[in-house]
Amino acid sequence: MTAVLFQQVSRHFGTVRAVDSVDLAIAEGEFFAMLGPSGSGKTTCLRLMAGFEQPTSGHIEIFGETAEGVPPYRRNVNTVFQDYALFPHLSILENVAYGLMVKGVGKAERLKAAEEALAMVKLPGYGARRPGQLSGGQRQRVALARALVNRPRVLLLDEPLGALDLKLREQMQEELKSLQKSLGITFVFVTHDQGEALSMADRIAVFSDGRIQQLGTPEEVYKKPKTRFVADFVGSSNVLPPDFVRTLGFGDSYASLRPEAITLGDGLGRKNFAGRVVATSFLGAANRVTVEAAGARIAAMTPASIAPPALGETVTLSFLPEDLHPMDGAR
Amino acid sequence: MSIVADTSILARREGTSGRLSDFFWRNPKILLLLMLTPPLLWLGVIYLGSLFALLLQSFFSIDDFSGLINYEFTLATYRQLLIPSNFDIILRTVLMAALVTLASAAIAFPIAYYAARYAKGKWKVVFYLGVMLPLWSSYLVKVYAWKLILAKEGIVTWAFAKLHLSWLLDAWLSLPVVGGSSLSISYTGTFIVFIYVWMPFMILPIQAALERVPGNLIEASADLGGHPAQTFRHVLFPLALPGIIAGSIFTFSLTLGDYIIPQIIGSSRLFIGQAVYAQQGTAGNIPLAAAFSVVPIVIMGLYLWMAKRQGAFDAL
Repeated sequence: MTAVLFQQVSRHFGTVRAVDSVDLAIAEGEFFAMLGPSGSGKTTCLRLMAGFEQPTSGHIEIFGETAEGVPPYRRNVNTVFQDYALFPHLSILENVAYGLMVKGVGKAERLKAAEEALAMVKLPGYGARRPGQLSGGQRQRVALARALVNRPRVLLLDEPLGALDLKLREQMQEELKSLQKSLGITFVFVTHDQGEALSMADRIAVFSDGRIQQLGTPEEVYKKPKTRFVADFVGSSNVLPPDFVRTLGFGDSYASLRPEAITLGDGLGRKNFAGRVVATSFLGAANRVTVEAAGARIAAMTPASIAPPALGETVTLSFLPEDLHPMDGAR
Repeated sequence: MSIVADTSILARREGTSGRLSDFFWRNPKILLLLMLTPPLLWLGVIYLGSLFALLLQSFFSIDDFSGLINYEFTLATYRQLLIPSNFDIILRTVLMAALVTLASAAIAFPIAYYAARYAKGKWKVVFYLGVMLPLWSSYLVKVYAWKLILAKEGIVTWAFAKLHLSWLLDAWLSLPVVGGSSLSISYTGTFIVFIYVWMPFMILPIQAALERVPGNLIEASADLGGHPAQTFRHVLFPLALPGIIAGSIFTFSLTLGDYIIPQIIGSSRLFIGQAVYAQQGTAGNIPLAAAFSVVPIVIMGLYLWMAKRQGAFDAL
């Protein structure tokens, strides 16, 4: 079953086309990421699903039911807000029970459900505190519990991990993923962090300028970017200009080549080219070696165990032909 | 000469000002003390001191025959407040103040909400001007203007007549208590003018409180299934409550103490302010005037205590 369906959905603010003719079908039980830089329309898409925005044109369905014109409080969809949006005048328990309270669930029952939801996000016994007394990571969990206690059919997450530090973010990524698996709820996740999208999502929609540039599994989006934008934005792909691609023996178009697909030296069945080393940097697990070849700057990831070549040295680099992906829609 | 100094520590500025700057920088508390002493003296000695002196007067009594003040502590003056003619004054004033406060809050909230949530740039300026502009003109002029507006020959009567609604106005004026021979000599008129005059004091604190409510809390409430009325009741209202209380302190206490509006517009029955004015002036009964002025203080104290107990300031 399709959880969320967008047909030619546009949302314009004056002359700005925040969302421009987007088609989208999110399957039930899917962990779906909307990835893009700020202003790319991903958050507006999320707000269209939540009901905070109405489409200028197009059609939206949630589980087969028409959603345009339906206010947020009549949608069985809940949001985890970017800055959590916890009610400062209510206790944590009251915050979590809020959705059940406005739906008329009895006090004892809703407080019990709220306690359980807090336990689920590993904050048992925090109910009596106020939002102001919790850390960012804890507030994030409360926001999650407050949304999930309503058993929504779709959970919308607006950059939920953006304000957390790296360690906490990685931990929350894993927890979110396992929560989603165990609850079976459709998660729609907005992020500008490609690492987050790649590691968590079943499918990714890459947004730019209000349009979806590419929609696919993390592997497809990462390995076979369709456009220069996707290649640039997802990971740190090398975008090779048409001239250079032609000299390597491929067609006349832009092509992407992942840094980790390039090795120093040549090998059997590999394509090679020469480049002058212009920069090297140590990244911990690997070295990044940037070379200049035929006017293009190309980055390669080399194992940290091998000492990087010296600056100015001319080296031979190679890659497997199938790792080079010609891109359509290239300028 | 270079504008960049070539020493690592700059020389102190010449004279006493340089020495003073350094001294205050090292002893910030002395500077604070110097700045606070005059206002604290004013507030503590002149302001609270004279209020206390007034309160003291209320525990004295007046000799009915000689008209002289008897400087012995007694509660007799307070007992006088309870005789029906005086108690009516208190009741009338408190009821009017309460109604004016409720009506002001009801009218002010949508205006403040618009200003806090929707007004941007130029419209915000228009809002502030619109709210503050009436405060720039004399209070007396405004009250007398209202007397003309509400008079039998005034524009309100005229407008009702033009709309063929004179019967409605007449029906209202024929009601007991709130009615009268015209709006300008009825409690309704007093009520309208009180609301008009104190409105800015209600709008501005509510607007300030609403300004601090993040918009996404309202979205979060709707997202969790809260209908607009529920969002108002459970999110917007509690968070705006400190502002509403602040505004109501103004409207309530200003109405309790005012003696000009009810004198110019309304029935000739007295309000507390007028009673104080009459007692300390023509009647020369300072103790009773003081006792009357204690009433609003006690009522405001009770009001704030109750508001606090109800959790009105929890969102602060």
